[in-house]
Amino acid sequence: MKEIPGDLKFMKSHEWARVEDDGTVTIGISDHAQGLLGDLVYVELPNVGDTLEVGAGCAVVESVKAASDVYSPVAGEVIKVNSSLADKPETINEDAFGDGWIVVVKPSNLREDMDNLLDPDAYLEQLEDEDE
Amino acid sequence: MSNQTVLNATHRALGAKMVDFGGWDMPISYGSQIEEHHAVRRDAGMFDVSHMTVVDLRGARVRDFLRRLVANSVDKLKVSGKALYTCMLNEQGGVIDDLIVYFQSEDYFRIVVNAATRDKDLAWIQAQAKHFDVSVSERPELAMIAVQGPHARAKVHGLLTAETAAKAVKLGKFVACAGDGLFIARTGYTGEDGYEIIVPQEQAVDLWNRLHAAGVVPAGLGARDTLRLEAGMNLYGQDMDETVSPYEAALAWTVALDEGRDFIGRGVLEQQKAAGSPRVMVGLVLDDKGVLRHGQRVTTANGDGEILSGTFSPTLGKAIAFARIPAGEPGQVQVDIRGKLLPVRVVKFPFVRDGKPCDGV
Repeated sequence: MKEIPGDLKFMKSHEWARVEDDGTVTIGISDHAQGLLGDLVYVELPNVGDTLEVGAGCAVVESVKAASDVYSPVAGEVIKVNSSLADKPETINEDAFGDGWIVVVKPSNLREDMDNLLDPDAYLEQLEDEDE
Repeated sequence: MSNQTVLNATHRALGAKMVDFGGWDMPISYGSQIEEHHAVRRDAGMFDVSHMTVVDLRGARVRDFLRRLVANSVDKLKVSGKALYTCMLNEQGGVIDDLIVYFQSEDYFRIVVNAATRDKDLAWIQAQAKHFDVSVSERPELAMIAVQGPHARAKVHGLLTAETAAKAVKLGKFVACAGDGLFIARTGYTGEDGYEIIVPQEQAVDLWNRLHAAGVVPAGLGARDTLRLEAGMNLYGQDMDETVSPYEAALAWTVALDEGRDFIGRGVLEQQKAAGSPRVMVGLVLDDKGVLRHGQRVTTANGDGEILSGTFSPTLGKAIAFARIPAGEPGQVQVDIRGKLLPVRVVKFPFVRDGKPCDGV
């Protein structure tokens, strides 16, 4: 499995969030999640300006096998979407923690929302539990 | 505890992702299922299909029995080795299963039925066979490997003895031969040329490894599903079941209403043919971005239908599907994907044939 960057935090449902220097939050899905889904062929993105709630669907990723909702780890307003995923959804397969990011959000409740997420070690522990 | 084929450890050693399929622990992919798909379309790939059920039928009246049992006519089978695709129907004309019948000799036919329907198929076949004094023997000691793709046959020929290779080279489409302990059928479920090889379990791992060494790419059930849908082939349980007749599943070509043959379900099929079936199965292409999936609602001028098999087609780079919709000119057809209605085109299928998109797709 790919190494998990230490500045990411996770939802149990495999989304990651990273607080950027400017206070915005970048959101994606984990490398483990892309592995479960298999080859991605379509990503449905939200619109810039959409308001996201914690745990509400903010995107849909579709592999050959299945469609899967991406839930927002933080509340806020969508300020940027990774529109290159429209033509190259496989970027998520190739680089889930980097170029495969999905949206950037201007958070409305940053501290509390981030505190409720799992740090990389806790997330890895959960993955091990799932394997058992 | 799920069933395992004799190749289970081989799949795991290749790093396959395993899933439950009809009670069997099977590889869905070994890496990228799209790359496995392209390997079959462009070169050669292989699938472990040992979960499928091989059944040998023997008896003096076995041909008569099959004339009764299945909707296609085994009277088309005149040369030993010749194969026939057909549905086995219930009295209501619904499809119990689809299967391939191989003619061996007048007192010996072989059939291959689906894994997920094994128990009900065997019970049904045995119940019917009693009236014809036909013995029904499952052959669980046989494994099966499908080798498919434009270069598949040549790669197989290279592994056979000269004598068996000479027989295989001459095989016509939908014909089988025997040799080297193998049953080699020029059949498949991908729309490509190739073989389905029935092999004794104890030789299966060796055959798989030799094929792999010859450059045949292991492919999982994921690629098998996208390949067969592109090729316009039905999947039992998804595209048809016991509540659906062959006419409602685009399988009219497999029904033979030949003179004087009283096959099970014939009465209902004749009525449907005369009156027209109320539902039809059509092919759909989504030109917009998105993926067609089983169960999505389809809207037409004559009412709603639904997606049966739907997937992303790696060859076309867009989504394709089978849908069952009300009969009649459908007008503008749309599919409901997560509450959004997207326009789709009704097309003839197969969607892909011999590696290339078909006209109009």
